Amino acid sequence: MSFSLILSQLLNGLQFGVLLFLLAAGLTLVFGIMSFVNLAHGSLYMLGAYFAATAYNHTESFTVAVVAALAGCIVVGMALERLAVSRLYGRDHLDHVLATFGMMMFFNEAARMLWGPQPYFLPVPDMLSGTVDLLGISYPAYRFAIIVVGLLVAIGAHLLMHKTRLGMLIRAGSINPQMVGALGVNIKLLNAILFGLGAALAGLAGVMAGPILSVQVGMGEPVLITTLVVIVIGGIGSVSGALYAALIVGIVDTMGRAFLPMLLRDVMSREAATAAGPALASMLIYILMAVVLALRPQGLFPARRA
Amino acid sequence: MQFSKFIPALAATALMGIASIASAQVKVGLTGAMSGPVALLGQDQYDAFMLAVEERGGKLGGQAVTVIKEDDQLKPELGNQIVRKLIDKDRVQAIVGLGFSNVVMASVKPIVESGTVAIATNSGASPLAGANCAANIFSTAWPNDGAPEAMGKYMQDKGIKNVYLMAPNYQAGKDMLAGFKRFYKGNVIDEVYTQVGQADYSAEIAQLQAASPEAVFAFYPGGMGVNFVKQLSQAGLLPKLPVYSVFMVDGTTMPALRDAAVGSITGMMWDASLNTPENNKFVKAFEAKYKRVPSEYAAAAYDAAQVLDVAFKKVGAKVDDKKALAAAVKAAGAEIKSVRGPFRFNNNNMPVQNYYVFNVVKEGNQVVTKQLGVALANHGDSYSAKCPLK
Repeated sequence: MSFSLILSQLLNGLQFGVLLFLLAAGLTLVFGIMSFVNLAHGSLYMLGAYFAATAYNHTESFTVAVVAALAGCIVVGMALERLAVSRLYGRDHLDHVLATFGMMMFFNEAARMLWGPQPYFLPVPDMLSGTVDLLGISYPAYRFAIIVVGLLVAIGAHLLMHKTRLGMLIRAGSINPQMVGALGVNIKLLNAILFGLGAALAGLAGVMAGPILSVQVGMGEPVLITTLVVIVIGGIGSVSGALYAALIVGIVDTMGRAFLPMLLRDVMSREAATAAGPALASMLIYILMAVVLALRPQGLFPARRA
Repeated sequence: MQFSKFIPALAATALMGIASIASAQVKVGLTGAMSGPVALLGQDQYDAFMLAVEERGGKLGGQAVTVIKEDDQLKPELGNQIVRKLIDKDRVQAIVGLGFSNVVMASVKPIVESGTVAIATNSGASPLAGANCAANIFSTAWPNDGAPEAMGKYMQDKGIKNVYLMAPNYQAGKDMLAGFKRFYKGNVIDEVYTQVGQADYSAEIAQLQAASPEAVFAFYPGGMGVNFVKQLSQAGLLPKLPVYSVFMVDGTTMPALRDAAVGSITGMMWDASLNTPENNKFVKAFEAKYKRVPSEYAAAAYDAAQVLDVAFKKVGAKVDDKKALAAAVKAAGAEIKSVRGPFRFNNNNMPVQNYYVFNVVKEGNQVVTKQLGVALANHGDSYSAKCPLK
């Protein structure tokens, strides 16, 4: 277990965490501020990847692919908000779950009908196809770019929430939506913008993940579950909490997968460790979530409420 | 009932009886996962089977055939229900497809009890190859560990001294690596199992890089394979590090991999590039009709249709004699011109076939597979001795 191996695993964890953050930020905003449980968030991520892959296959340009993913997801997100989600705000959380679970199935089958059952192709852009040297280890340039983009989005989200009028309205709306409405702010429009913003972030995550992963039907569900773990650990409704929790979950998961089977070999037989290691590593983030829920049910970094 | 009304009714019934004899037709149920992440596999089997039926003018064995398509959604309990429905309600003469091993295993009981002929085109579960083999259950696909055994043999013969093994952490993953080790006698540096459905392999790839083995052998089917191969290539390991695999780089994943797959070596009983007259004809017809390259699942289903064609011809009017049909299917195995080259059913009704080794190379702008050789010729499986069938 050399230093460079630990470092490259840390980078891997960071990269996974950043990707989770892009998803968690949108989900936690909608969840925390509009009090809406959106299981269809994973579908927006999938659609983002599909939009990007389709645009790329027609134009061979990664820039166009990114634009297509963002624009497509904003359109789908806002249409979804107007047509379905806005009718559900007053309902119970269980109704949200039921409705958005239905949307998830709808989008999966719709994607299968539109794009077919075979996985789609989205390559790494030429500019980022090599590896970069970081402190003596060579690391895929594209993964490094994901880390950079994710951190830029985190800074952007912070500035948006704390330095702009829109951010102020969003924060105000999360505390007292009726009062914000009474002061003459179009709260409906605000909600639609917020939902569209979340959808854009999900689409961005989709296009960033596209070149690494197989773009296919159902790619949104596994990552949605991990994202829910992130927002529970981070504290619902907190964007900065989502960032810290995403990084913690990303690093814990990666480190667990990398080193747990190895460490187990020191204390048990090779066969037992080979069997138990991966199982335990995949449980690690859920154990973490359970511990957080037991000790700090509001999450590690909850949003500050007045 | 008045007599005058009774006569026409009687006549009608009699006529209907005659009509149904005149257009005597066979029914075949085709099951598989037709929706969800692995829908492509089910679709390939259905399309290839229908292609074979179409080539014979909508007939199998000279008898008009109705194909009933069913989606098991990769759910064992649903697979079982579908099989029961096909046997009891639709009264099909044969069931083709049967889906993944876990789905097949859930359907074994009703199939064995009814005696209806069933041909698996997606799997060859090891329990069905051993003591639990049944006279009416066949596979035109592969014994689950056939391909990894061939890869083990190939890497052993090539003199590769040490290898790093990777697979998802479930039964098939363990079977694959066990099959590999049955034929590979060199040093296994490490055996890594990952979560089923895992999307990101960065952690495992970093460990693999640190272990610096001479070669890696992996089993990652479907989307997992696309993720794994893409990420290996992005980490700069492919094509530097020899990557040997089974069910990972095939017709279902190549369109999503393209250049990323170049350099990898895969072992299989069939590939679109296999150069035999029968296969060239099949691949050409499939591509012309469906605008995509067929996968090994398509090949297995196409051969199942060929087997049924010969078997229905053999039994003629006695298609409902289940024992005779099962015996005819068994004999038909050796008589068809399989797209994979030599083929016959073993005593346990599993395939005896060649396992080839293919290399993914770039030719101009095209990413294509090239046959490197035959790893195991006329190879059965290691379970057949336990099967009491002859």
